[in-house]
Amino acid sequence: MREIVVISGKGGTGKTSITAAFAMLGGADVVVADCDVDAADMHLLMHPDYNFAEDFYSGEVAYIDQSNCIRCGKCVDVCHFDAISVKNKLFVVDPISCEGCGYCARVCPTKTIVNNDRLAGKWFISKIKSGSIMVHARLGIGADNSGKLVAKVKNEAKEIALEERKGFILVDGSPGIGCPVVSSLSGANFVVLVTEPSVSGLHDLKRVYELVKKFKIKAGCIINKADVNPGKCAEIVQFLSENDIVHLTDLPYDENFTKAMVLGQTMVEYDHGVLKAILTKIWEKVKQLSSG
Amino acid sequence: MTDRKPLKIAIASGKGGTGKTTLSTNLAAYIAEQEEVVLVDLDVEEPNSGLFFKGELIHEEAIFKMIPQWDETKCTLCGICPKVCNYHAVIQIGPTILVFPELCHSCYACSDLCPTAALPMIPKKTGTLRDFGIGNLHFVESLLDIGEAQAVPLISKTKKYVAANYGNVSITIFDSPPGTSCPVMEATKHADFVILVTEPTPFGLHDLSLAVETMRALARPFGVVINRYGIGNDEVIMYCREENIPVLAKIPNNRKIAELYSSGKLMYRDFPEVENSLSDILEYCVKEVKGGIA
Ligand code: SF4
Ligand code: SF4
Ligand code: SF4
Ligand code: SF4
Repeated sequence: MREIVVISGKGGTGKTSITAAFAMLGGADVVVADCDVDAADMHLLMHPDYNFAEDFYSGEVAYIDQSNCIRCGKCVDVCHFDAISVKNKLFVVDPISCEGCGYCARVCPTKTIVNNDRLAGKWFISKIKSGSIMVHARLGIGADNSGKLVAKVKNEAKEIALEERKGFILVDGSPGIGCPVVSSLSGANFVVLVTEPSVSGLHDLKRVYELVKKFKIKAGCIINKADVNPGKCAEIVQFLSENDIVHLTDLPYDENFTKAMVLGQTMVEYDHGVLKAILTKIWEKVKQLSSG
Repeated sequence: MTDRKPLKIAIASGKGGTGKTTLSTNLAAYIAEQEEVVLVDLDVEEPNSGLFFKGELIHEEAIFKMIPQWDETKCTLCGICPKVCNYHAVIQIGPTILVFPELCHSCYACSDLCPTAALPMIPKKTGTLRDFGIGNLHFVESLLDIGEAQAVPLISKTKKYVAANYGNVSITIFDSPPGTSCPVMEATKHADFVILVTEPTPFGLHDLSLAVETMRALARPFGVVINRYGIGNDEVIMYCREENIPVLAKIPNNRKIAELYSSGKLMYRDFPEVENSLSDILEYCVKEVKGGIA
């Protein structure tokens, strides 16, 4: 079983549309993991049935039981996150600011602070229209995206793939360079970097590639909307060759990506011409590279 | 425009790539034509605003977070510190205490509760803050070090720097990180007004609805700017109407705008309709906040 992760540094580069096209082309042999839990969009194209759903708890949040509070103020003094304040003479925790460090509960003289498990989101196992299975999630508002939910989604996808003897896991990776993307990348056999030819695209590509290098994972790159800025595109190609990143393909600026999205379709369902042909060829290549 | 209290506007979006940076940079440059303004890039994992300005670097500093450092000579191996750390950032292996800086949230519990003061807190670099001057525009950006896991401490320190140095400038714009998790909350929770940037597509609508929930949880007043207006469908407009969310402006879908963005160029001067939109947005924010405060 091989693991392919698609990332882009930042959003808006067409990463999810491309991942969904690959998922469709891969059909029943590809278990999909939507690890972009902070802005999960795969479901809008893959039409999951939410067959299995479960709450996901991660970390804790402090709660002050007023009945035993003697208003000594110790908790306020020790909290380094300004999460406890006095409202109408009552000491209360702001659950959004609370980091769940548990310090206040340890010093409270009357032990009236409890640490509750924090509901961090929900995760799902679904049948999807490619004839396969997708593991996906929804991060709770203001939850700590520490990568734990991402890791959960990935591990579940892996287990299913092993159990059902699937050939591939395809991961829609998280943005940024922090914990979630680290969780998305760990264990990958091949990384597809999706970028666009702009100053910010190149800048973000370089930063996220630093991370990929640390993991020593083989990488390939798709330059989306390549014709918007041929100069920048050439700079990206240069960067790819200097860093031994496979230049997979260039895709044109094409509003059909949006039109397909409006219909809830992947690009390979919407288009039956050049784009579909390119995407099909690239998917075969990615599969090959991930197995090499 | 001189007698109002300082206004803090945060620009955010449910996900990246919707035009958040385009709006932040163009709005800041537009305001700077008339008065002093501060633009702060809090998207510390992928700061992009700086690519649009070439200013003079007036200040640079390393930003630190506090982590405990084990002092072997004072430690009695009492076993308290590994027990009080909720993040497993300090563990005991045989006669040794190990600290994992990436996991540490700087809560001070281990350090304060160590009976022999064997875990003093010391600074560890997490990123770099840079402050540029470009005429009326002060541009502050912070860059998270690669391999550093937590953006929130860097965001909050950057906000403190801005408050200390530019607290009385009449308008400050915060370019926030994308998403709905902790870093966004940190970047937007003190804003007087939040502008959510979205695209009129199914992805845009879905991400916007999450961003709206976030702003409602924070009880921040907010409005929406629709970028690339004309592609996709009308569902974002319908959603805003149903939810009673003001749409401050619609920036047209135009390949020329995408091209200017791709070269790191500001675009409002080339598009009068965009310049009008910026003026509308600013006017709305000022009025809204004044109305809310008075
Ligand atoms: S658990 Fe930590 S962050 Fe939360 S209120 Fe208590 S001391 Fe503050
Ligand atoms: S430390 Fe405990 S008793 Fe003291 S104010 Fe806080 S909650 Fe109340
Ligand atoms: S709490 Fe202090 S004395 Fe006790 S094991 Fe930790 S470092 Fe050593
Ligand atoms: S400061 Fe807090 S988070 Fe950091 S190691 Fe100590 S107890 Fe753990």
